[in-house]
Amino acid sequence: MQRRVHTRAQALAESTFHGTALTCAVFVLVAMVAIFAELVRNSHLSLAKFGWGFLTSAAWNPVTGDYGAASSIFGTLVSTAIALLIAVPLSLAIALFLVEMAHPRVARPVGYAIELLAAIPSIIYGMWGLFVLAPFMADHVQPYLQRVFGNLPLFSGPPMGIGMLSAGLVLALMVLPFITAVVRDIFALVPTVMKEAGYGMGATTWEVTRKVTLRHGMRGVLGGVFLGLGRAIGETMAVTFVIGNDHRIAASLFASGNTISSTLANEFTEASQPLYLSALVELGLILFVITFLIQIAAQLWLKRMSRRLGTDK
Amino acid sequence: MTRRLGWLTLIALVALALTAGMAAAQKTLNGAGATFPYPVYARWAAAYAAQTGVKLNYQSIGSGGGIAQIKAKTVDFGASDAPLTKQELDEIGLIQWPMIMGGVVPVLNIPGMAPGQLKLTPTLLADMFLGEVTKWNDPRVAEVNPGVKLPDLAVTVVHRADGSGTTWIFTNYLDKVSPAWHTRVGTAKAVSWPVGVGGKGNEGVAAYVQRIKGSLGYVEYAYCLQNKMTYAKLQNAAGNFVDPTSESFQAAAANADWKDAPGFYLVLTNQPGADSWPITGASFILFYKSQTNMVKAKAVLSFWAWCYANGQKMAEDLDYVPMPKAVVDLVETSWRADILAGGQAVWK
Repeated sequence: MQRRVHTRAQALAESTFHGTALTCAVFVLVAMVAIFAELVRNSHLSLAKFGWGFLTSAAWNPVTGDYGAASSIFGTLVSTAIALLIAVPLSLAIALFLVEMAHPRVARPVGYAIELLAAIPSIIYGMWGLFVLAPFMADHVQPYLQRVFGNLPLFSGPPMGIGMLSAGLVLALMVLPFITAVVRDIFALVPTVMKEAGYGMGATTWEVTRKVTLRHGMRGVLGGVFLGLGRAIGETMAVTFVIGNDHRIAASLFASGNTISSTLANEFTEASQPLYLSALVELGLILFVITFLIQIAAQLWLKRMSRRLGTDK
Repeated sequence: MTRRLGWLTLIALVALALTAGMAAAQKTLNGAGATFPYPVYARWAAAYAAQTGVKLNYQSIGSGGGIAQIKAKTVDFGASDAPLTKQELDEIGLIQWPMIMGGVVPVLNIPGMAPGQLKLTPTLLADMFLGEVTKWNDPRVAEVNPGVKLPDLAVTVVHRADGSGTTWIFTNYLDKVSPAWHTRVGTAKAVSWPVGVGGKGNEGVAAYVQRIKGSLGYVEYAYCLQNKMTYAKLQNAAGNFVDPTSESFQAAAANADWKDAPGFYLVLTNQPGADSWPITGASFILFYKSQTNMVKAKAVLSFWAWCYANGQKMAEDLDYVPMPKAVVDLVETSWRADILAGGQAVWK
């Protein structure tokens, strides 16, 4: 009863707080819609000229004014896929080690190191990729892959060190700390009681990890993965340094390619014809839509997942 | 108490910064555009500011950006590596003049090859960038390089990934010397490259060329010098194989016919002359013919006139080529005739 008595000043503060919070929340929505509208408005030339064909055309010729997004979309998806294929299992292993197995005296410095990795600016990763990783790939990794896998088109072409594979590797290294940090926190939140119950029933560490920790933390793990995905798909400078920047769709992972953001970073400054600029803005629009679709897919999947796990219990 | 003191200091600092900004605004020239001449413009500006107190605020955002900014009238002048045609200039009401020159140099990475050891003909260079000549020991390369040991190495073309005035000059040259290039690719600041990998900026191309064995790229002369890269000798319009040097760029400029180029639209590639380096280019300043503020317009022109008169040494130190005196006279004549503020000639 006592708690419900408000003074007038309290009520005013309350409503002000409510209003401010609401404004801030709405502002996010407004900003998102405004960005979308602006992207559509500025790409109308390209939208009108190329229509849906823009998505499937691999042409990119500023001289004749013929543009298509296929090579950029392909490069964006492939480099991100490579990055996640490498980073997700590694992150899970690191997080599990830190939470389940490592002595705190080891876990703490390793944890700090991982958080520090996440704070390194992307341009540093790019320079490292170009000056350290690329020569190493060209001299050791790529010739080795070609020796082992022979004539697979996936590993064909001259080993230049730069290209799709190197871009994917740099991206993997960049998203690794993000995913690890999130997943580690999630695993640490799994109630000790649940784990101890597992051990009490005679389960091994691996069994507890798989059936209790991983399952309990599934939502959070996915959240971490999508955070990494979000960073990888829009990453610009690090990719631009090592991907080779070529508007081409190649079967080989050694070949150069490009991503939507690397194309924007490279070509925006000198795009003086209106159609050229418009095509670049449309690329930005496509990236916006891709990220949006991935978010929706992630939400749907999470919902299904939790329902299934819920009935499983 | 300390907190209030902190606020007061902050307010005082902001106020100080604002007044300082206002005072500076009257003595600052604003420009934006080409990245290629930025180092020399910055050097000139520093020397000019030390002498006169007038500062230059130059944003090297690229030629495309420079043209966009001058169109939007957010800057006092624009700068572009590729000249605008007379028609384009007239549409916007601009005048342009060449400010500084430089050369574009083919650079390569063949183990054991010394700078200037390899010779290339225009057609050979074009065919390599077209992907027609794919090996360094191709008979056509051997034919112009008797006695030079050529390895069985794939040619990996390295080009600019970003739109660039350097690319414009380079493709303009290939366009002039190779009919195949003309029909298949053309001239632009960014083109649809038949083969190769793209590096961002001159430094990106330089890094890729140094990284990839068998690579062939093109960079501004200064980058070739500073990175001690292996360049190729190139056959010029007179049929001689020449090295890229300040002298060979000067030779190309000396033979250029600026007088008969309307709106100074002149591209210095493939110029005649026994010693001319064939891939030479100029960087241009864009300025409105009709100025609203006489004082401001005069300040901008005074700066560039000072650079023409006093900037040669500084330009040469940075491996640029200053404009010849005859061209400077032509430019100042066009200032006198074409640039007006309120019906009055700005430059007298």
